[in-house]
Amino acid sequence: MTRFVERHPAWALIVIIAVAVALWLIFAVWPPALEETIGRKRVFLNALFNGITLGGLYFLVASGFTLIFGLMRNVNLAHGSLYLFGGYVGYAISASTGSWILSFIVAFFMTALVGVLLQVLVFRRMEGQDLRQTMVTIGLSIVFADLMLWACGGDFYQIQTPNWLIGPIELPLITAVKSSGEPVYLRYPLVRLVIFLASVIIGIAMWLALNRTRIGMIIRAGVDDRDILAATGVRIQIVFVLVFALGAGLAGIAGVVGGTFQSLSPGEDIRFLLASLVVVIVGGMGSIPGAALGALIIGLAEQLGSVYIPTYAIVVTFLIMVLVLALRPQGLLARR
Amino acid sequence: MSKCSMGLLALSSLFLSGAAIAQEKIKVGVTATLEGTYTVLGEDGIRGFQTALNVLGKKVGDKELEFVIASTDATPDSAVRAVRKLIEQDKVQILLSPLSGDEGIAVKNFAKTHPELTFINAASGAQETTYVDPAPNFFRYNMDGAQWQVGLGKYAYEEKKYRKIATVGEDYSFIYTQVFGLVLEFCGAGGQVTNRQWVPLGTKDFASVIAALPDDVDAIYLGLGGADAVNFLNQYQQAGGKAHLMGGSIMIDQTILSSKGNAKNALVGTLAASGQADTWEDPSWQKFVKNYQDAFPPNKRFPSPSLLATNYYDSTMALILALRQVNGDLSNNQAKYKEALAKIELDAPNGKIKLDSNRQAIGTNFVTEVVDDGKGALFSKVVKVIPNVNQTLGYDPAVFAKIGLPSRTVPECKKY
Repeated sequence: MTRFVERHPAWALIVIIAVAVALWLIFAVWPPALEETIGRKRVFLNALFNGITLGGLYFLVASGFTLIFGLMRNVNLAHGSLYLFGGYVGYAISASTGSWILSFIVAFFMTALVGVLLQVLVFRRMEGQDLRQTMVTIGLSIVFADLMLWACGGDFYQIQTPNWLIGPIELPLITAVKSSGEPVYLRYPLVRLVIFLASVIIGIAMWLALNRTRIGMIIRAGVDDRDILAATGVRIQIVFVLVFALGAGLAGIAGVVGGTFQSLSPGEDIRFLLASLVVVIVGGMGSIPGAALGALIIGLAEQLGSVYIPTYAIVVTFLIMVLVLALRPQGLLARR
Repeated sequence: MSKCSMGLLALSSLFLSGAAIAQEKIKVGVTATLEGTYTVLGEDGIRGFQTALNVLGKKVGDKELEFVIASTDATPDSAVRAVRKLIEQDKVQILLSPLSGDEGIAVKNFAKTHPELTFINAASGAQETTYVDPAPNFFRYNMDGAQWQVGLGKYAYEEKKYRKIATVGEDYSFIYTQVFGLVLEFCGAGGQVTNRQWVPLGTKDFASVIAALPDDVDAIYLGLGGADAVNFLNQYQQAGGKAHLMGGSIMIDQTILSSKGNAKNALVGTLAASGQADTWEDPSWQKFVKNYQDAFPPNKRFPSPSLLATNYYDSTMALILALRQVNGDLSNNQAKYKEALAKIELDAPNGKIKLDSNRQAIGTNFVTEVVDDGKGALFSKVVKVIPNVNQTLGYDPAVFAKIGLPSRTVPECKKY
């Protein structure tokens, strides 16, 4: 931190000012002049929170994607299909048992199982052939999409939010002050906060597992040099299967999350594949913190864009990707 | 050499005799949005189409109708692609297409490149399709989005005493047309439309849109359809929304009212207008509902036909009845058939339909309110029936032309 300030004093100043402005925008009561120029504070705060929570969902999808790429150099373009599959499994479980929590657990294990099968039956047979693997995943994603269309139809499904999560809660953030002097607090959907918290916890758990445990150490070593790791006697195939299962399972969990606060239908697989591609390109292929940062940026860009420049909201995401590719092609937080 | 030519001769005579024995067929191409945001709408459209075939049969004189169905995703290029495939590969002679607004404009323009064929609009409802530079071989037996809103603005102003409303709609031609109809009438009666929000078709995350809804209005008008409407309602419920709602024709429709989950309950009491009302007492409507219900098992259909099913039913009805009038004669670039189509008056389940000089429907409109039938199923209940609604909405054509074409900001909120 101090080294960064010493080396880039100008950048550090800009960052400090930006953080200060953001904090002021979030906590202060907006003067009328500001509300007149950029709209009400309630709208801004909501868009900000929505961007962050949407980023949480993107992180869940993209972290699995980037983990698999980081270790196996396998650009798994069937990742979106795993997302949708997890969502459908979650819907089936929550519709038949009524339990939202159970749907997460089952969706995780089912998609993890599909991931294991993919790794054992398909990818192990073409190890080291990146292009061939990528082509196979494209083919698989088309086959999966049609199979799911056949099984579930073109209808859109929504996973029922449990009763204790329906409705908004008041956050201790003042959005406006009434003429009587009484403050108005921000009301925000509880379910989105819970989902965001869950994705933060998963993110931290993953970071800890990767940086503080033995298996994490093996995976990091594998990312750096697969061949040397195998030569030291680690059973690399088991590690591969494990990582693929974890990445796929995370996509499955994300499917349940997406099915709860958005909806599931054919085409969602492609949408989330595209989102996670953009996220990891912005953040840096193979980097978990990069996926988190990328997801946050893309989520915020989508939501703030949809409020302040609705007509061009779709462009913003890709503009960010183009900028990153032009200025820092390896991604914002890539290691190499 | 001679052996070979003998063989060819034998083979060709075989083909010729085969052609003579086979019944003459008339090929009809159908498109529906069986992919993307409007999947559910397309599926129910096809159900309406099949109900019409059940009722009317596939025979025209001694000819048999053969149908080829193609899928689109509500974008104009997907519709043109599907129509082109039907014409060039499947060699269809008549088209029943398309379902959605932007598709309609594109297919109408495409129709001009095939003046010898006949295009019957299936369900699309953008005003521009038949109002601006209409194609002589494009016929529309459903009303446009603005006609489907007739009665809503006045009823909201006079009966519900709404004075200020805001709108949220999908950003494309059909919803522009719907908002056009609403604004014209509501502002004409003296109301104010303070804010019009537009979201891209296929939006998934409405949370920020919901947060930006103004709270100093009497009601919020929703011009959404398909998956978008369900996503909106779900997130509206999660955000604890409580405003009075008004709905467009594909928002307050069985495609949404019978969706899974309980988010749709926010719609109870919502005022809307459309080319049909689920609980209309009229015997021919009731008969159509019965036919629809009998044609499919309960879990493969809605409790009552959606607007799309009705539109596909009416269009198929026009297609077959006019074809019977000319006894399947499609000679001379289908001239006789086109004439019959232009003149035909339909006794449709949702009221009488005839065409104006632009080949656009003049029909009956319904103002409705959403009710719960007591068992958790939602239906639209008639509160007002308005017959003979034409495309200029009762305005003098010269005055109507001055208002401009429906867009994000047209019409202005004033009395024309």
